[in-house]
Amino acid sequence: MIEDERETAHFLQKALKESGHSAELAHDGEDGLAAALEGGFDVLIVDRMLPRLDGLSVVRKLRADGVRTPVLILSALGEVDDKVKGLRAGGDDYLTKPYAFSELLARIEALSRRGDPQEQQTRYVVGDLVLDRLSHRVTRAGEPVALQPREFRLLEYLMRHAGQVVTRTMLLEHVWDYHFDPQTNVIDVHISRLRSKIDKNFEESLLHTIRGAGYMISAGKS
Amino acid sequence: MMAAYVALFVTVAAVIAGAIVWQTNELLTRQVLTTISAEAEQLETLARMQGPASVADAVAERSWAGRTHLYFLADVGAGRIAGNLNRWPPELRDGAGGLFRYTPEPGLETHERFAIGVPVTLDGGRQLLVARDVEEQREFIGRVRTLFIAGFGLLVLIGLAGGIAASRQILKRIAAITATSESIMTGDLSRRIASSGSGDELDELARNLNQMLDRIEQLMAGLREVSDNIAHDLKTPLNRLRNRAEAALREAHTAEDYREGLGRTIDEADEIIKTFNALLLIARLEAGAVDETMETFDLTALVRDVVELYEPHAEESHRRLRFHADGEILVRANRQLIGQAVANVLDNAIKYGGRPSGGGASEIEVVLAQKADRVELAVADNGPGIPSLDRERALKRFVRLEASRTEPGTGLGLSLVAAVLRLHKGSVRLEDNRPGLRVVLSWPVPAVLHAREGQPPGTRAMVDS
Repeated sequence: MIEDERETAHFLQKALKESGHSAELAHDGEDGLAAALEGGFDVLIVDRMLPRLDGLSVVRKLRADGVRTPVLILSALGEVDDKVKGLRAGGDDYLTKPYAFSELLARIEALSRRGDPQEQQTRYVVGDLVLDRLSHRVTRAGEPVALQPREFRLLEYLMRHAGQVVTRTMLLEHVWDYHFDPQTNVIDVHISRLRSKIDKNFEESLLHTIRGAGYMISAGKS
Repeated sequence: MMAAYVALFVTVAAVIAGAIVWQTNELLTRQVLTTISAEAEQLETLARMQGPASVADAVAERSWAGRTHLYFLADVGAGRIAGNLNRWPPELRDGAGGLFRYTPEPGLETHERFAIGVPVTLDGGRQLLVARDVEEQREFIGRVRTLFIAGFGLLVLIGLAGGIAASRQILKRIAAITATSESIMTGDLSRRIASSGSGDELDELARNLNQMLDRIEQLMAGLREVSDNIAHDLKTPLNRLRNRAEAALREAHTAEDYREGLGRTIDEADEIIKTFNALLLIARLEAGAVDETMETFDLTALVRDVVELYEPHAEESHRRLRFHADGEILVRANRQLIGQAVANVLDNAIKYGGRPSGGGASEIEVVLAQKADRVELAVADNGPGIPSLDRERALKRFVRLEASRTEPGTGLGLSLVAAVLRLHKGSVRLEDNRPGLRVVLSWPVPAVLHAREGQPPGTRAMVDS
């Protein structure tokens, strides 16, 4: 984590540790770049405004050096064009300050799984729920489930990140490609519709709401 | 500066006058020379044809003809044979023609006069001088010169006086503008520059400056309103946040109480952040700083997607969303911002568009249409609508009409929509849907992006809930 604001950095380090991760800190761009080049990290969290070398330059240099470690850019600048610039520089995700820690955690976990073979799979399986990406068919306990195209994509994204918390903003960004705030919480209704299609009439619920964070699809009581 | 200009003006005038006088003199002199050269040639021919005596006769005869015709015929020893000059002019001794002075016959006039003469040598070595008196010509030139000097002098004086008067007048008006702008700088933004009413360039400048001041005053008023509103709309939730935290500290007894108190504090903070983000976005849109994120996309697909995103939510709020569009409409715009604007308008329609009586599902109709070089997106509900007097106010920042004060929201929804449309050189109209409100977003689309031709007419996209 390259973050010059020490209080924020220590808070994040502590919170990540409580969530079962370990984080190393660097307080300026140069130190952070040096540490990142040494490698051994699953995800890099890079603040956009850093002393000595700004965050976007750090990411550009890493990418120029062939370092493919996923990067999450943190920034106080949050407009659409800032995000576009951040992603163009080679960032994999972009989060605007202030953010909820649960949002940061969900995104880090999603990023760290990027290289996971699950990504390339043509079939996602969670418990007795099966999604086939080639035939666009979904079955639960062998019974076909009829989904609208958008519901299919929603389920696909959730299942790709099975066992991980996925936030509402992540769903908006990846399932709808919207980087704006839809004012009212419109995602919840889509989720409850999806839930009524895959979980209704079954003893075990697979699609869980994680309070204050988002949603998670998983089988077996966690 | 002024002195240099005057010096230049006078010099140029003097050069012009000098050139005219010199030219006139040259012309007259050349005429005289031509005449006397012809006469000299004629007399020379006479001498050759009829002998020297005839020339002496002719000279003697012509000498009486007029006082301006001057002759001198001299023998080899330079003694006078005939003519009305009393001597061979010393200036023309070397045989060349030119200007000389002579004294007319003593007794008549005593002072010297100027003349131009051409000498010729006749057969037998006699010398003949044919000349003309040019005293009158010189007088004429003198008068011309005097006239020019007087004329140009007068012109210079008038020009200077006029110039000084005009620049005085202009400087006075500029000083008035400076005085006005100084009093504006010290804080009196309501002052305006007076116009002379003649409609000249300075008046135009004054008018433009006044318009600029109007705009600045308007922006300042807007800014003041915004800061007042920020104070109100951010302070209120901040105060609420503080109260909740305090209440949690004071009243909570169990861990669960604390947890709930903190949860509500975070919710309140999130609302404040939302308001803040919306404000920042509006400010940046109004600064026009998001140009590079323009992309070309199918507007119909985007609107259909947003409608689809809101559809389940609408249904839960007992609204029916209906969407009509005439096939693909390609636009070049900021997709995220347009999406945000459409979402805000839909969100508003769902929030406030319900039938006052509350009976049955209300319809919300979303119609996307291409009209010549514009696209128009109309979102119409059949709720209570907005009274015509309030419509303009509804587009302003933070304005939450009384009817909606109780609903959650930042009060920035429609003003953000208006800012997005302004960025795309378009506009937002609020119309009466009888009953209900119709919000019309419209912005220009370049002709090159018009929907592809040959679109089959049957491709009306429909999403009904």
